[in-house]
Amino acid sequence: MIRVIDHYAVRLIFVISIIFSAQVLASPDIEHWKTGDGARVYFVEAMELPMVDIHIIFDAGSARDGEQAGLANFTATLLSDGAGGLNSDTIAKRFSEIGARFGAGVDRDMTTVTLRTLIGDEYMKPALALFNTLLTKPDFPEQDIERERQRILIGLQQEEQSPGSIVDRTFYKKLYGTHPYATPPNGTSASIKTITRDMIQSFHAKYYVSGNAVIAITGAVSKNEARKIAEQITEGLAKGTAAENIPVVSALEKAGVENIAHPSTQTHVRMGQPGVKRGDPDYFALYVGNHVLGGSGLVSRLSDEVREKRAMSYSVYSYFIPQREYGAFTIGLQTKNDQTSEAIDVVKTVLQDYIEHGPTKEELVSSKKNITGGFPLNIASNSKIIGYISMIGFYGLPLDYLDRFNDNINSVTIEQIQEAFKRRLDIGKMVTVTVGGQQ
Amino acid sequence: MTDNSIKTNRLIIGLVAVVVIGAIALYQWQGSISGKKSPFQPVKSKVSEYSLDNGMKIIVREDHRAPVVVSQIWYKVGASYEHGGITGVSHVLEHMMFKGTTAHPPGEFSKIISENGGRENAFTGRDYTAYFQQLEKSRLAVSFELEADRMRNLLLLPEEFAKEVKVVMEERRLRTEDNPQSLTYENFAATAFQTSPYHNPIIGWMNDLENMNIQDLQAWYKKWYAPNNATLVVAGDVNPKEVYLLAQKYFGVIPRSKNGVNKPQLETEQNGIRRIVVKRPAKLAYLLMGYQVPVLKTAKEEWEPYALEVLAEIMDGDESARLTTNLVRGQQIVAAASASYDILARLQSLFLFSGVPSEGKTVQEIEQALRVEIERVKNEPVSREELERVKTQVVASDVYEKDSVFYQAMQIGTLETIGLNWKLMDEYVERIRAVTPEQVQQVARKYLIEDHLTVAVLEPLPLENKKGMTNAGGSTHDTRH
Repeated sequence: MIRVIDHYAVRLIFVISIIFSAQVLASPDIEHWKTGDGARVYFVEAMELPMVDIHIIFDAGSARDGEQAGLANFTATLLSDGAGGLNSDTIAKRFSEIGARFGAGVDRDMTTVTLRTLIGDEYMKPALALFNTLLTKPDFPEQDIERERQRILIGLQQEEQSPGSIVDRTFYKKLYGTHPYATPPNGTSASIKTITRDMIQSFHAKYYVSGNAVIAITGAVSKNEARKIAEQITEGLAKGTAAENIPVVSALEKAGVENIAHPSTQTHVRMGQPGVKRGDPDYFALYVGNHVLGGSGLVSRLSDEVREKRAMSYSVYSYFIPQREYGAFTIGLQTKNDQTSEAIDVVKTVLQDYIEHGPTKEELVSSKKNITGGFPLNIASNSKIIGYISMIGFYGLPLDYLDRFNDNINSVTIEQIQEAFKRRLDIGKMVTVTVGGQQ
Repeated sequence: MTDNSIKTNRLIIGLVAVVVIGAIALYQWQGSISGKKSPFQPVKSKVSEYSLDNGMKIIVREDHRAPVVVSQIWYKVGASYEHGGITGVSHVLEHMMFKGTTAHPPGEFSKIISENGGRENAFTGRDYTAYFQQLEKSRLAVSFELEADRMRNLLLLPEEFAKEVKVVMEERRLRTEDNPQSLTYENFAATAFQTSPYHNPIIGWMNDLENMNIQDLQAWYKKWYAPNNATLVVAGDVNPKEVYLLAQKYFGVIPRSKNGVNKPQLETEQNGIRRIVVKRPAKLAYLLMGYQVPVLKTAKEEWEPYALEVLAEIMDGDESARLTTNLVRGQQIVAAASASYDILARLQSLFLFSGVPSEGKTVQEIEQALRVEIERVKNEPVSREELERVKTQVVASDVYEKDSVFYQAMQIGTLETIGLNWKLMDEYVERIRAVTPEQVQQVARKYLIEDHLTVAVLEPLPLENKKGMTNAGGSTHDTRH
């Protein structure tokens, strides 16, 4: 329902841009240790608000789905539907009566299970105990599986009526072919119908284990309390081992195009290639380079050419999603059906020019100023802090990642950007997907 | 209270006892939450309030957790101030506010904010238009200089307007035309509200956008963009007095304007159920039901909006609420259902229910199931246990929301802009805690009545999705090593 509309759409994606200006600001103190069973813990004390956030992240994203696309998501969805003999109604009531918030979500790399609770024994103790039960003793009752299966299928139908969802699903399929990143985290209607309780149980048994877990804690608890919390929430979780590596993403050999007819007034466009991974040596050059190209809202080159100069799209952007393996480099827009090919031509011209010449000196300076000057905003709340300690923990980035980030951003040169873009992106081998055009 | 000095001390951080202009609302929860002792004594927001001679109001909310600041400027104008023929003008003007002043050519506003490490955006609602920047705290003057400039010196160039209105039409296609549920809601609101300006969509009707001209925008800008029609809300790691002086420097020089006047345009009495059907290409049916209800601003009985707020929570506050428990998990008749009430509107609004049927179920069945829940809440008082859960959730939310400085500024800005006092924010938890089971039942009986109901149904037409319409430039499969 539209209640408020924004000036421009902010594409919400899990790209945490963390920049640190060492002269002015202190980054949060990240404490790190392992639980007795080997789960890696990352903790930042934040005493100001009487609450605590806990994330437990398993290396169990949809890339682990195997033949059953949507298995990781299905499993996470069912955690609150029956555990330790408690049914879904009782679980919902128990969290509710202590004001605690439980959540579980899945992307291509990870399953993240979250808890937000008030501090104080009356609240935190029962919240942690229930959280532990859901993580370690899920019952996966048959009737809840069937109900959630139906709800997931309805959700997939909802995606089928949205050109924006269809274009994303198709884009990933073409970009990744047989790689596990190709399938949508929500699965497909065919795959969801084949998932059995046994598969869900095995998935949980294999991946929801301490050796495969990262725990992030932020809030009004001491380090000692955090240590106890980490032990308590994982008590009873099998020790297990870290998940095996996911396959390497291979580069595209040639261009691919897919146009899907949809009864919409606009055509949604996605273009791209496999892009960058966490810890990649080109990461900073690509990050800063993309900021100029299409990552800085209204002042980016793509926005200037497509929206500001030509009024062809409300939202146009580009981004790299750094993942365990090469995440997508994506350019996206939507435009009135009859100007689709013109918009694609504009994007190609901008991109080709950028690959060849890189940013101007002035653009590079501006982008660095935005990225470094905006650093304090990235860590201005507990939610934001836990988001990036989760990321640092999960991808095994160094604890001083933030301290060095600012220098890394500032040391990027025009030549490095130009060289990295030239080496990594090739318009002649990109995937282009359009959805729309039927009305 | 639990005796826990460590936890109490945590809250002292927010309680630097500086007396500033305007009230500092501090209060403690008395007694218990949910039958349990509260572990802490929450301190409410430290807020300072100032006025400039030209009538501009400044409200500063201190939060010293991080060295950042959010600055929001709220104008008392939005879609509900518009009349037929110019719908969407508030929103198009909001877009044009980025298109240049005498001092700063088009595009420069965003460029300057960006180079200062800032994030910015603007939003238009039914009752307000607001602009904001989030910055490292020392850059606040950058925001003030630019906002003061565009409050008075906007160019409104015809060639920029010609392009920007096309961007807005693309936005309308994206948000409404190609989204069957949004389109259903638009039709639904236009049916439920006959004489109230909530009849019109915020983004405007397409035909009005097609016929909008630069004179419409000039008149709108002149009428509503003035210091005496604006509220500046600043939240973050700032000193209120310094913020006031800085605002005085940049905004204080702008002269007051004649106040824009708006006709009341109250909704007429609804005398019977209204039903509409919207047919669009879609996969899923969708149901919307809305009852005419008062809001905080319009209520004759002060407690009623809070009781309606509790009613919405009882129905759909969280996973343990009635709609999810009974209709999603119990009868499994809906795949998703919601109930909502917007207490912070300027004009009489709707208590809304919506639902998407489960596989094999119809909208008629889910309407019936929702009506059973509605009758139940009219006929039986809600249980103490349910009410306590709702109240605990509200108290917890009040703590959790403090993690977002932006959200708190939003609350202040919304209240002030619809013509209420920001201090109501600090009364909210107490008001909710005072609601009784009988009051919930009373508002349900009084307002959830058949003759004040509007129902809209989305009836899906086939999508006729033809895959691979054309296929040029490469193979559709096996494009890798």
